[in-house]
Amino acid sequence: MAEFQLRLRRFDPESGEAAHWEQHTVDLEEHHSVLEGILQTKARVDGSIGIRCSCRAAICGSCGVRINGEPGLACNTHLDHAREAAIAAGTDGVIVVEPMGNMPVIKDLIVDMDAVHWKKIQRVTPWLINREPVPEREYIVERESMVDVTQTMACIQCGACVSDCLSMEVDPGFIGPAALAKAYRFVGDPRDDQHFERLDDLADDPQGIYDCTHCFKCVQACPKEVNPMGQIMRLRRLAGSDHEITDPNNGRRHEEAFTSLIRGYGLLHEAELLPRSYGGDSWFGKFHPAAGKELLASLPVVIKGLLRGKVNPKTAAFGHKLPKPALDSVRAIFDKVEGKSHSKRAERYELNLYVTGYDEDEHHASEPSTTTPEQGSDK
Amino acid sequence: MKVAYWPGCVSRGFTPELHGSMAKVAPLLDIELVELDRANCCGAGVIAEHNQELADTLNARTFALAQGVEGAELMMNICSTCQGAQGECQERLDANASYREHVNETLAGEGLTYEKGLTNKNFLWLLVEEIGLDELRGRVKRPLTDLRVGPFYGCYIVRPRHRLGIDAHNPRDHYLEMVIDALGGTVTDYAGARKCCGFPIITMNKEASLAQAGRHLGDALEAEADCLVTPCPLCHLNLDMQQPLAEGLLGRKLGMPVLHLPQLVGLALGCSPSELGLGRHIVKPTSVIDWSAAVVASAA
Repeated sequence: MAEFQLRLRRFDPESGEAAHWEQHTVDLEEHHSVLEGILQTKARVDGSIGIRCSCRAAICGSCGVRINGEPGLACNTHLDHAREAAIAAGTDGVIVVEPMGNMPVIKDLIVDMDAVHWKKIQRVTPWLINREPVPEREYIVERESMVDVTQTMACIQCGACVSDCLSMEVDPGFIGPAALAKAYRFVGDPRDDQHFERLDDLADDPQGIYDCTHCFKCVQACPKEVNPMGQIMRLRRLAGSDHEITDPNNGRRHEEAFTSLIRGYGLLHEAELLPRSYGGDSWFGKFHPAAGKELLASLPVVIKGLLRGKVNPKTAAFGHKLPKPALDSVRAIFDKVEGKSHSKRAERYELNLYVTGYDEDEHHASEPSTTTPEQGSDK
Repeated sequence: MKVAYWPGCVSRGFTPELHGSMAKVAPLLDIELVELDRANCCGAGVIAEHNQELADTLNARTFALAQGVEGAELMMNICSTCQGAQGECQERLDANASYREHVNETLAGEGLTYEKGLTNKNFLWLLVEEIGLDELRGRVKRPLTDLRVGPFYGCYIVRPRHRLGIDAHNPRDHYLEMVIDALGGTVTDYAGARKCCGFPIITMNKEASLAQAGRHLGDALEAEADCLVTPCPLCHLNLDMQQPLAEGLLGRKLGMPVLHLPQLVGLALGCSPSELGLGRHIVKPTSVIDWSAAVVASAA
């Protein structure tokens, strides 16, 4: 047995008092979970501590909380790991447990999942819409066709990704990572009849697939490796490239402008990207009224940038380009991978490591070299 | 040390002071930069969103060019977004031999091959892991005494932790604080250090994008930071270039200078603010320039 310190955030709206912190000592084995620590405190010290839990085995998704500031399942986090993280965070090893973010607190560690998470899930029509004609018995689909959606099916609806979503932090109406991952579960399902309609709806919504800011918070938060942001990017890919859905949020135009500028220059031509994202993917994009309005709004900054020598007028006008032989090689890659034109598009090849796994001799390339910061530091 | 140097696009476009300051700082740290002048844009996650294989192949091309630089110990970048976007492609390329072979077939036209296992480090990682904080501290000519600096990482260089090799032994998500400290500055704690600047959605949801930038700048201001420092030029665009618009949205004056990492390092290594292109920012780094003038005056 070992002793662990838990600092719990308490809040009872009916008391009329502000939220406050309480610290408790628990007596448990190191491999026991943070949830067991909370439950021991509840049993021995204060039965009024609010925590939602059920399976205690990372299956039901009920006990989502923030531990040392990071979202996760209380039942899936070992006390010794949590203490290590607390030491790294500079809290002297006191494990800090608080309710998830982006959702109102009902009591103590319990948040209102109905008000936020489940409403958003409802928003994406989370059921299969039958492809007609409905077969007399089951649908017969290729085995491989379902492998693709298994990753999103692994979601246990714990809300950890919602808790940490940075787009939602400033824009609470954003449909969000959990619900959009759920949307991909049906868009990727061959039995569903409404792929286009679903994508069109999510692309059209200003708080839909193009409101994701690509911050990887949900990827990090998910205890089940659902990779919600990756699913959102797949929804964008399907909407823009396969279904050719042009949205009012400049999502598809931005992606196409970016891609075609790299094909044309090899490097990013920033000054062209903005007007094309608003006005359409051609040199004339900047003369579109939508682009004109944006350019006008950025004019003071552009002038300041030019005056301060931040933006070189030549770079702004003509961009920077790779030398001809290198650019030809870049274009050859585009031709080979994408096909030479829109009509002659090559088949898209995607590798999902969740499905394929790593080669057995895998060596993680991003692993740091042998010099550790400790060696480089005098601390 | 000799490195295959990938400056990225934005450091040569809208933030030329970043590329320029890196060039000034490198010799002071005995880094020899061999610029990958034939390499292409990393795709910033947008090309991967459009077509994953295309992004992987374009970055495999860059990696192959880096591996072709004779005597280079590793590839170095100066952009969080390049680090993350390239790292994501490299993870797939390194994980699967047959996929790598498939991608290499496309590169064969140019006579290039990517071989698994490239080391690609942002300048921040290189500072801490290759040069070392002791060495860096030893080279400081003008410690950043009394300069309060808020770190701003950029999402791509802090998440997901596993892919980026961040753990208890390599706290890469705390390196900025360690570097600020080694340079003699004071780390300012504020909520936004590891949050999103909002840049990826600036053309899609401008208000939400500026609200993110404005919130972090405001938080840093309240924590009494003199400036922010970032290893990401895209964050710099939203935090510096768009700061006047963020101020408009928030209805409050911010005036928070944002420095590129090599600029902050350069100041401590004795470069003048003008050499480092500090005057080129949209938000004039008056506090930083005043600070350096005061330091120079007191030394005289």
